[in-house]
Parts: sequence; C-alpha cells; structure tokens
Amino acid sequence: MTSINRTSLNRREFFSYLSVAWITFAAAAGGMLSLIFRYLYPNVVFEPPMDFVAGRPEDYDEGVDERWKNVYGVWIYKHEGRLVAMSNICTHLGCVPTWLPAENKFKCPCHGSGYYPNGINFEGPAPRPLERFKVSLNPSGQIIVDKTKVYRYEKGQWGLPGAFISV
Amino acid sequence: MKEFINIVSDPVYSFTGAIILYFLALKNMTFVGSKKFFMILATVVVLFFGWAASDKIFFTIISWPDNIPITILLVLVFWLTWYSFYKGVENDKRIESGEPPIEGTPENREKVWAWPNLVYTELFTIILGTVFLIAWSVLFKAPLEEPANPTWAPNPAKAPWYFLGLQEMLVYFDPWIAGVLLPGLIIVGLIAIPYIDINPKGNGYYTFKERKFAISTFMFGWLVLWVFLIITGTFLRGPNWTFYGPFEFWDPHKVVAANNINISEIFWIKILGMGLPHNVLIREIVGILMVLGYLAVGPFLITKYWGKKLLEKMGPARYYIMVYLILIMMGLPIKMYLRWFINLKYIVFMPEFELNI
Repeated sequence: MTSINRTSLNRREFFSYLSVAWITFAAAAGGMLSLIFRYLYPNVVFEPPMDFVAGRPEDYDEGVDERWKNVYGVWIYKHEGRLVAMSNICTHLGCVPTWLPAENKFKCPCHGSGYYPNGINFEGPAPRPLERFKVSLNPSGQIIVDKTKVYRYEKGQWGLPGAFISV
Repeated sequence: MKEFINIVSDPVYSFTGAIILYFLALKNMTFVGSKKFFMILATVVVLFFGWAASDKIFFTIISWPDNIPITILLVLVFWLTWYSFYKGVENDKRIESGEPPIEGTPENREKVWAWPNLVYTELFTIILGTVFLIAWSVLFKAPLEEPANPTWAPNPAKAPWYFLGLQEMLVYFDPWIAGVLLPGLIIVGLIAIPYIDINPKGNGYYTFKERKFAISTFMFGWLVLWVFLIITGTFLRGPNWTFYGPFEFWDPHKVVAANNINISEIFWIKILGMGLPHNVLIREIVGILMVLGYLAVGPFLITKYWGKKLLEKMGPARYYIMVYLILIMMGLPIKMYLRWFINLKYIVFMPEFELNI
C-alpha cells in the first residue's frame, strides 16, 4: 500500500535521479565547452610558409636589407663576412620595429625600444636582442631561411652553426 | 614661450611638476575647493587653449579624431575632481562649525521613489547621451586605418586612449610587470578597497578633512599616475614613441640619446670594473637584493615612522595589504625616475627566465 500512495521518493530513488541529472548536465555542459574549444581553432590558416629561399648571398649589400620584411617578417643583415636573418618582432611586446637608415638603428613604434643594426638592444624597454633565424645554403648556392629554428643572443646561440652564413 | 612649454612638458619636468602641484593642492585644499579657485583655473585653461589652439601643431594634435575623447576626458576629470573637492570642503566647514554635512540635513535625508525621480533622470541622460554620440559620429569620421598587417606597424603605434596609461608604463617595464602584474594589482586593489578601508567616515557624504590619507593616496594613483600617463601617451608621444612637446613638429628623425643599462652592468662593470659573472643569480644579486629590500624593509620603515596608529586601527592583515599595494604603486614613479636620471633599464634583468623588473 505504501508504494502506490506515497508522494515522495525514497533515498535510493532520489540518488539515482540525482546522478542521471548530474550526468546529463555534465554531458551537456561538456558538449557546449567542446564546441567553444573547437571554435577557438580557425578552419583555414593563411600563413606564409616558415621557410623560404632568399636568393644568393651576393644579392645583398653590406648592412640591413628589408626586402623580405613585409612578406616573411625577416631582415637580412650582412656585416663583416657574416649574413644573418633577423626576426622583425620586438622582444619587448611584439610590435614591428621600423628600420631607420638615417639613424642606423631599428626603433619600435610602440614603446620606443631601439636596436643596433645587428639586432642588439640598446635603448628603451626591450629586454633582449632581436631573435635570429636559421640560415643555410642549398646545393645551388641559394640562401634558405628557416623560421622554425630560432637563435637567441642571451643564450649564447648566435655563434652556433646555422645562425649565420659566412660570405 | 612655446619653446619653454615644449621643454617643461618633457616627462622629467612635467611629471615632477604634476607631483608637486598635486601635493600643493592637497595642502591648500580650502582654497582649491573654493569657487574662486575654479574661476581662476577655468580662465587660465580657456585662455591657454585659446592661445595654444592657434598653433597649427597643437591644434592638429588635440583635434586628431583619436584624441578628441581624451580632450573631453581631461575637461571632465578636472571638473568632476574639483567639484567633489568643492563639496568636501563645504562639508568640512559645516562639520567644523558643528552642523551635519549637507547630505545629512533632514531635507536631504528624505527618501524618494526610484520611479519617477531616478528613472526620469536616467531617461534624460540616455537621450542626451544618444544625441551626443549621433552628433559626434556625424561630425567626425571614425579614425579607421588600413587592414591589419602582421609585418608592419603604424608609427607611432598607439593603444586605445584608455590603455595609453598602460602603454606609457610599458616604456619603463617588462611586459610581465607593466602588462600583467601591475594592471592585475590595480584591479585587485580596487576590488579590495572596501575590505581594506573600514573607516565609516565619509560614507554617504563628501568630505576631505576626515579622509585625508585615503583620498590623497587614491587620487595620487588616479590623477598623477593614471591620468597624467594618459595625457603623456596621447599628446606628447610621436613617431618611435619619442617624446614631443605640444608645439613641436613630429619629426620622425628626432633623436633622443638613451643608452639604457641594467643595475648588474652598473655594479659589475662600472663600479667593480670586471666582466659580468656567468651565473645569473650572482650577476643579478644587487638588483634582487634591492627589490627584496624595498619589499621587506619598506613596510617596516613605513610602520615605524608613520603607520603605527593605522596599524592599530586596521589590524595587521588589512594594514600590510594596504602598505604593499602602496609600495607597488610607488614602484612606478621610482622606476620612471631611475630611467630618467641614470638611464636604468632593469633592476633585475633575467631574460633567461623572462623575468625583468
């Protein structure tokens, strides 16, 4: 007689309902979150390739060369028999410095960090020099710049093979 | 005259001037909070702007679409600050003569209904605000630029005006400090104010004398640090984030010699005359000790000379949280002066761990 007339659940039934409810809720919330997580990743990414052929070492004059800056974000710097590829990202907060030929320095328009042509920081808040990318010569004598391999000055990596080409 | 203004607006002088003016104003609050002062100030400001706006460069800078809101903000900030001080000074006089503050008089304590009294006011504010925004959008073109390009940045690259204070801070600090830690502490500190400040005086009425310390500290951070830095970042920073006076042509080739060095370089190379040690911790030991000393000895000294009464009133937890917030806030002007006077780049310089203070 009790089981038919009673209006409330017993303890066991209550907990089984409760767990079904929680599992449903967690699944729904998890599903929503996974959608949001998926949304954070773009469907198509238009990025320039991470390595490129940068012509022959003879194509460059002594000093800073800007020809790849707008396409790949790389400055080529040739000085005293060495050719290096520099990142154009300021090491302070990631702006793009401007090359000022008249002042012979790089100057960041965001917070005023300044770099010598070789990428060493000397003024403003930039904590470390511009990063360098791996450069190598392919069999036909052309420069390959590989942006996936980074050489950092403060870690003493600028002298490593791959950080420069002797020309 | 214009030359002189160009020179004194250099942050070294204008920031120092702003600090001095601020404390002078606090000292002479009865005068600052009077209508007479306001009339004098308004006349001076109007005359100055009338004279300065006839200068082509000055006019270009203040009427640049990006800068119009800041020009409005300046007027509003100073008007509202003065007005609250004015009310505070009025109330201080009443309290001194034994009367209740204006907000505490019987006719002002009377309660009214939100509808219609408040809702009407809000309705009018909304309508006026909409009219203002429509007029603005019709009169001025939105300062839009070309599509974003990750390999090119405009020069100068300026943040939205409300972030220009942060951008100015970033000139003196590593992004982790000025971009993450300090803004985070500003927000946390503002949230913490009601929990730190348990003094019931000034609740519901304007006053200055009863809350001198609280008001001065807060307004220092707001007016001298935040608003001043927004003004600097907006009007006085040109190409390459170089400083330019308000009447100075934005010549992108202006060179300001600034060869910044770290404490470690000053200590090991300049003073001891040897090379930098290889071990990072030994290299930076002076800077680390200075920062630790500032944070460890600072509260102790403050308590010894000024804070004993406050410590008793507030209790140690509230008191020390407040002292640390103030110490970190004062770190900003300290670092700014170090940069200007000894070309200091970083006190603690450890790019190996992305940690620079």
